[in-house]
Amino acid sequence: MAEFVSLAEGIESVVRDGCSVAMEGFTHLIPHAAGHEAIRQGRKRLTLIRMTPDLIYDQMIGMGCAEKLVFSWGGNPGVGSLHRLRDAVENGWPHKLELEEHSHAAMANAYEAGAANLPFAVFRGYKGVDLPKVNPRIRSVTCPYTGEVLATVPAIRPDAAVIHALKADREGNVLLEGIVGVQKEVVLAAKRSLVTVEEIVEDFGPRNANAVILPSWAVTAIARVPGGAYPSYAHGYYKRANDFYIAWDKIARERDPFLAWMKANVLEQGPEVFAHHAGLARQAA
Amino acid sequence: MSQIPMSHTPMSHTPTEMMSIAAARLLTNDDVCFVGIGAPSAACNLARLTHAPRITLIYESGTLSTRPSVLPLSIGDGELCDTALTTVGVPEMFRYWLQGGRITIGFLGGAQIDRYANLNTTVVGDYAAPKVRLPGGGGAPEIASNCGEIFITMAMGSRAFVETLPFITSFGHGKGKGDRERLGLKTKGPTKVITDLCVMEPDSETAELTVTALHPGVTRDQVQAGCGWTLRFAGKLVETPAPTAQEIEILRDLHARTKRAHGVAA
Repeated sequence: MAEFVSLAEGIESVVRDGCSVAMEGFTHLIPHAAGHEAIRQGRKRLTLIRMTPDLIYDQMIGMGCAEKLVFSWGGNPGVGSLHRLRDAVENGWPHKLELEEHSHAAMANAYEAGAANLPFAVFRGYKGVDLPKVNPRIRSVTCPYTGEVLATVPAIRPDAAVIHALKADREGNVLLEGIVGVQKEVVLAAKRSLVTVEEIVEDFGPRNANAVILPSWAVTAIARVPGGAYPSYAHGYYKRANDFYIAWDKIARERDPFLAWMKANVLEQGPEVFAHHAGLARQAA
Repeated sequence: MSQIPMSHTPMSHTPTEMMSIAAARLLTNDDVCFVGIGAPSAACNLARLTHAPRITLIYESGTLSTRPSVLPLSIGDGELCDTALTTVGVPEMFRYWLQGGRITIGFLGGAQIDRYANLNTTVVGDYAAPKVRLPGGGGAPEIASNCGEIFITMAMGSRAFVETLPFITSFGHGKGKGDRERLGLKTKGPTKVITDLCVMEPDSETAELTVTALHPGVTRDQVQAGCGWTLRFAGKLVETPAPTAQEIEILRDLHARTKRAHGVAA
């Protein structure tokens, strides 16, 4: 059964130094507050896994939490580069970062294979392109029925999965709606998981019978962090702060302004600021 | 990038607007279109708001048949989900809908392109020690191979249209005619490249990109100046019809709404 914890307790028990962690969210429901907590706790030598390393991985890489990144698209969507990721790859700052690069189709298939307890994923992809030349984990298999050669990648089985969801009920079941990305797959693929939620309700009440629900017994820990996806968004709670994504380009471009921003907004703050960022404090008042 | 002298008639337009409009005109109500962010998104939504109101637009975040009123900044903005017919998970998106062969047109942009419409969005320089680390492929490698055909839209410039790509992120026509078939690909690959100055199409014999239409007021020299290889021009070179007042108005309204929605002064 999932245990209700504070965010600090959840990060401490689920995300440990040197482990592989997938903090997923496909634009929607990105667990920013959890990433900030991992930075505050000074996590080191993490293998960060994520299809679309977003601002939160830019921040974790810039603060020296990561030794390796497994990813398929590393940019600031619609804005440009992730400057801290680039600085790590191009200049080794704050230290060298190993890359394991895939396509989206490969990673989505690899999470699904992880959730399905399979050793690898098989799909029709990577034809004629250069990624297999630089990523030896991309291989192929011949279909025993048709002879077609298909691409393979190893299943993703992270030590830890961290996601943000809309709500949990008192029993610790978790509900997600909207753009659900690969969050169900990553939780089921991981050894242990932490889910931050907008709210904890007595009962989910009337709901779509096909809503994505992770049962309590498939989740390790739950922490209530209203606004915890900001500047990403939570469907039905608050919108994506596209202005912050645009502003991040300038904040992260140079090392000193980045470090100053992290000190003021992450190291010297706690998870309670997220409700304010997301405009939820005003609604609650 | 080449600059086109702007006329001061009421119909004046920028090269970027011409690119969006020329790309939008290629789409029809019957198309099921996998949409990339940026220039492709503008073109696809312009088509939907003008001559192709029933076009099916799909973004890789899992939103099927979406009808956003503003252009999304990311492929997963809430607007896309709110206005979609349905939203599926990302593994389903790539497995059932893309790999399943249900997309007629993939609409891609890129940082660099070569004469056979292969694309690079991964690195400039050596992969292990890049001069510039670009975002990477994302959905593009499998969009390029699994959609019925590919439209590419990119602004011209000699750093973008290059003789040799440092990295092939998405496969176009390889090193020429027949390379797709040799890899077992059954889809057409890139059939149109819509730029801010012209439209190119692969030659039917060689698959090399050939300029088939010049946008109004653009010369062959201007197009060549924006390209790092020696361009071929079709024997029957046509001029792209100028944007209509309606196309310009709808496109500008869309961009103005988008800027307001993203918190940037219009």
